[in-house]
Amino acid sequence: MFESLSEKLGSILKKLKGRGLLKEEDIAAALKEVKIALLEADVNFKVVKDFTEKVRTRAIGKEVIESIAPGQQVVKIVHDELCILMGKSHSKIHLAPNPPTILMLVGLHGSGKTTTAAKLAKGFKKDGRRPMLAALDTARPAAIEQLISLGSQINIPVYGTKAGDNPVKVCAEAVKKANAEGWDVVILDTAGRLHIDEELMKELDEIKSTAEPKEILLVADAMTGQDAVNIAKSFNDRLDISGVILTKMDGDARGGAALSMVSVTGKPIKFIGVGEKIDLLEPFHPERMASRILGMGDIVSLVEKAQEAVDTEEALKLQKKFREDRFSFEDLRDQIKQLKKMGPLENLLGMIPGLGKHISRNAGAVNEREFVKIEAIINSMTKQERVNYAIINGSRKKRIASGSGTTVPDVNRLIKQYLEMKKMLKMFKSGKGFRLPQFNFK
Amino acid sequence: MGLFEKLKQGLSKTRKNLVEKAESLFRGRVVNEKLLNELEEVLIMADVGPKASGSIISALKDKFKKGEIPDTIWLKNAMKEEIKKSIQDGTRIKITAEMPYVILAVGVNGTGKTTTIGKLARRFTGDGLKVILAAGDTFRAAAIEQLEIWAQRADAQIVKHKSGADPAAVAYDAIASAKARSADVVIIDTAGRLHTKTNLMEELKKIKRVISREMASAPHEVLLVVDAISGQNVIHQAKMFNDAVGVTGIALTKLDGTAKGGIVVAIKKELNIPVKLIGIGEGIEDLRDFDAEEFVDALFG
Repeated sequence: MFESLSEKLGSILKKLKGRGLLKEEDIAAALKEVKIALLEADVNFKVVKDFTEKVRTRAIGKEVIESIAPGQQVVKIVHDELCILMGKSHSKIHLAPNPPTILMLVGLHGSGKTTTAAKLAKGFKKDGRRPMLAALDTARPAAIEQLISLGSQINIPVYGTKAGDNPVKVCAEAVKKANAEGWDVVILDTAGRLHIDEELMKELDEIKSTAEPKEILLVADAMTGQDAVNIAKSFNDRLDISGVILTKMDGDARGGAALSMVSVTGKPIKFIGVGEKIDLLEPFHPERMASRILGMGDIVSLVEKAQEAVDTEEALKLQKKFREDRFSFEDLRDQIKQLKKMGPLENLLGMIPGLGKHISRNAGAVNEREFVKIEAIINSMTKQERVNYAIINGSRKKRIASGSGTTVPDVNRLIKQYLEMKKMLKMFKSGKGFRLPQFNFK
Repeated sequence: MGLFEKLKQGLSKTRKNLVEKAESLFRGRVVNEKLLNELEEVLIMADVGPKASGSIISALKDKFKKGEIPDTIWLKNAMKEEIKKSIQDGTRIKITAEMPYVILAVGVNGTGKTTTIGKLARRFTGDGLKVILAAGDTFRAAAIEQLEIWAQRADAQIVKHKSGADPAAVAYDAIASAKARSADVVIIDTAGRLHTKTNLMEELKKIKRVISREMASAPHEVLLVVDAISGQNVIHQAKMFNDAVGVTGIALTKLDGTAKGGIVVAIKKELNIPVKLIGIGEGIEDLRDFDAEEFVDALFG
């Protein structure tokens, strides 16, 4: 996500980097490129105009002329302005002082409200709350069934009646149920509607006044085009939304919509959806996102993820093994397991500084299935083989291949990669500098 | 309301945003380079896309230099002609003699695949054709139920497996049973997938392979369902889906909700894949064949 934009800005700003003196023409040329890149990223035209104007004023001012590396300075200004445009810091969901906290999700058709509702509920449950879902989309065929089925997957109650029921009535009943049964967060999944559909927008007014939600969140598709501004504005003018959740961010949408929506409503983006599985909802961090846009990577998120998934004690043990050159296939298998706990691989790779732009196009080349294969091969080895690769001869290879449903070349390749990894770890140990091995997936 | 009127109404937002904005820009102005540059901004804002806008404007600039655009009335007409020219095509979904006619519907999440299939099925059954729907979205919760409801509404038959089943197997069964029951049309629904997910795109390729194995000439139509509200990302989507399964036509949904119908122009310009269907409202009859002439006429009112 966003990679294409980072790529573009990256190559434009490279031209500015390291130059001693910046002329006004240089800045103008760079800004023109920035403008086109942002437009192709679907950032709204007016927003782009304001943005480049701001950057220009700051870049042409003293700030740059007097600084030692003006190119760096421009990068920083673009970065700062992007941060400002996307909202200052990560903002959380506010809980009501007296439960239940009611959250209302609104948005166009197909923006991902129902899925997001389930994801939010799961998040609250993880935080030790007692969330409940309410199916207010009585219009779309099987929308209620969808929410009920998602709810049962994550073991969270869903209040849903039948298709065609009045959503305002369903809403009142759901809130009543939550009060009676002590559910402390109620998430209202409303039907998708066009922001220009007066009748349906009026229905949202009624739901709002019935439920008195603590937060109204606009669920919007990251792929939204120039119209993002109008959509956000209409929903905000009408309902005074409290924030935006941007979905389908795991695609290659450049997410210009994010910039546009925030700048036109002044409301923060609270979460981003990064996958189809129910736990793939992440807090939105404007400063990290700005870094990503500029191709600076998102090392903070990566480290946080790693901390969540990796057992410290295990890590220490592993370090010891590295030092003693005892890194075995078993350790490799553990590593893969931990890596998998951190979420889809392509999401992770996108966070590594400088890597994002190289892999965006063929993120799939690093196929998750390759990991499954590697695990299968290791699982088919005997314990001795895992500890001492040297005993794996031709007939053992054959057995391993047929046991794991792979081929002998697959096994050979894994052994080769394992040896390269060992070699690299040795280098690491001896402090000779350190280079990632060329993984040859596929 | 006549069909054309309905189309006009569906496009009213785009008209306001594109044509009326251009008109107000033209008011009291003489035609010159500066005006044309400002017109380019209007086009970009309507999601026509930087490239397509650029080429329309440069065509207009050529005409202007040749003296073919003396004033803004001529400019408006010239603009209309250029837009028309850039989207002209005229291919529609046409059921051929071979039975069953197999349509594979693909697209990213939430563009309206299932709904489009339902409406399309209704149209075919209305024409007296026997239609079988294949519930190939075995991933999303309640997607099968949603298609079932549409099958009932459209008076079509449905072939389904359990949630989580192999979608290729569903497609296979649908075609086999269409042959057995001599159905005229099979429409295969698939799970929404982001075009960047390699493994999901591989799954789609497999579905297509299985279809072709069961019936060599099928699928006769690979319909990419696209949400008109998405911007230039549509171009990426179409490219990737086209690389994977060879898109033969595009269904552009929710066009009534956006002021940015210009994406029609961008699609044609960048991809040369015809837009075959447009959705301009929630009613079953609001899924329409795309007709460039009619579209531009309705747009320019």
